[in-house]
Amino acid sequence: MKTTQQLERQLKRHSKAAKLEIWGKVVSFSALLLIVAVVVGIIGFVASKGIATFTSNHVSLWDFLTEKKWNPGITDANGKPEVGALPMIVGSFLITILSAVVATPFAIGTAVFMNEISPNKGAKILQPVTELLVGIPSVVYGFIGLSVVVPATRAIFGGSGFGILSGTCVLFVMILPTVTSMSVDALRSVPRYYREASLALGATQWQTIYKVVLRAATPGLMTAVVFGMARAFGEALAVQMVIGNAALMPGSLVDPAATLTSVLTTGIGNTVMGSLQNNALWSLALVLLLMSLVFNLIIRLIGRKGRLQ
Amino acid sequence: MFVSNDVSNTETMQERHIVQPRDAQHPIVLSTEELHVFYGKKEAIYEGDLQFARNQITALIGPSGSGKSTYLRSLNRMNDRIATVTGRIMYRGVDINQPAIDVYEMRRRVGMVFQRPNPFAKSIYDNIAFALRLRGTTDKHELDEIVETSLKQAALWNQVKDDLNKSALALSGGQAQRLCIARAIAVKPDILLLDEPASALDPVSTSQLEDTLLELKKQYTIIIVTHNMQQAGRISEYTAFFNQGRVLEYDTTSHIFTNPQVQITSDYVSGNFG
Repeated sequence: MKTTQQLERQLKRHSKAAKLEIWGKVVSFSALLLIVAVVVGIIGFVASKGIATFTSNHVSLWDFLTEKKWNPGITDANGKPEVGALPMIVGSFLITILSAVVATPFAIGTAVFMNEISPNKGAKILQPVTELLVGIPSVVYGFIGLSVVVPATRAIFGGSGFGILSGTCVLFVMILPTVTSMSVDALRSVPRYYREASLALGATQWQTIYKVVLRAATPGLMTAVVFGMARAFGEALAVQMVIGNAALMPGSLVDPAATLTSVLTTGIGNTVMGSLQNNALWSLALVLLLMSLVFNLIIRLIGRKGRLQ
Repeated sequence: MFVSNDVSNTETMQERHIVQPRDAQHPIVLSTEELHVFYGKKEAIYEGDLQFARNQITALIGPSGSGKSTYLRSLNRMNDRIATVTGRIMYRGVDINQPAIDVYEMRRRVGMVFQRPNPFAKSIYDNIAFALRLRGTTDKHELDEIVETSLKQAALWNQVKDDLNKSALALSGGQAQRLCIARAIAVKPDILLLDEPASALDPVSTSQLEDTLLELKKQYTIIIVTHNMQQAGRISEYTAFFNQGRVLEYDTTSHIFTNPQVQITSDYVSGNFG
């Protein structure tokens, strides 16, 4: 009898290890709570501020999305404030899509070289270079863009040199390492036996890459491109330095233009909290936030589709 | 019928017993001469000269790590980027282990099926048409015909003829492996190399696969690596026993199983080691 009680006491005693485990759970759960609170807080704050343009300043959402004049301080002949965000929305999408279109072939080409053609050199040289490129601060990219790309564009195409084209050039270099390293991951996840099966059937290495490896890696490669686009869409500083910051509909790729982010960074310090000018900027921020949610959604959808295959 | 080439206890201390096939009905189509395989500096195969008879099944057996798969993969140069292979691989009088050989053309004649069924994430039809399309066959009628005959030869046609456009990934393990065989024979190879094709299959699928191989040997020369000695006994005419990178014994399958000349072979086939 006594031994049973002893045993029960021993088994029920909270050991140090058990206490540590509870403590660990509490710590990690509070970290999670904090992050969730921050995310919810940011979304809530941006949304409440962004919606104020439409609720307290009575700007119509349709006008905001389709009007081409952005001048929140001025009211037009009808007494309506000029808060047409279309030029910035167009600018952001244009620069995002163009830079992704230019970067994708280079990124996939580099990834194929690193993973399929020359894995040794790829791992030794290209991997560190790619990682280095990711780590360069965006202001450095912007500065190089300003002192090299903008004058070059000016010399070749005329105009001021500031515009979508210069922005695309800078963003292309900025998103290239991201898209490349994710493409490498996508290719790496293609099982080796796919390649062996293809080679054993007499396919050349190029045929194997083109017909088997790239096909099998398509969902991963698409995710890589969308990730690059998300980064391009959200990039502010470097773009702002080379795009010209004119909130006008871009007539050509070399006209000064603006993106959602560049207008935000140039304008946010010059407005008073609660004013229409300030609220209009928050509305732009809300559009940005929603777009990055959309990008995330696309990435998840692609991922799910890839798994189902 | 057989020329003995007994090299037991000659140069090396370890006994060996090699009898190459000699059969007028089934001439030699593939043989290796002084074949050595190195992984980096490590020598994986250092004695493995075999001759393979046409339209026969030759089984390569031996414990794990004995080099039988390495040897097999060297035969159609699948080891090219992984290992260094020296020596000659004579295919119908041509040394295919030389740099001038177009390995892609050679692999069309020496096909391979792997341990793990590895269909592409494409339809059943596209899996089999894959290699044909690479070679520029685009005629739908011709492709249809080859897909059908290949699937029939691999004994899969009746099960999948209504689902040719479905994904090959939905097939069971046994079906997938037969699809891989159909895919390999679609280009009408001369020799078919199989690397433990049944090791991932259940007994029923294994037995069906063996029947298929017995049928296929009428048209193809088959070399099969297997862990399963009963399987080697059931389907092969010749058996080579590998141990630690060397072929220790090579003879007709019945000799290897009933009257092995080398002690280690005897231990292995009777299940005492390996």
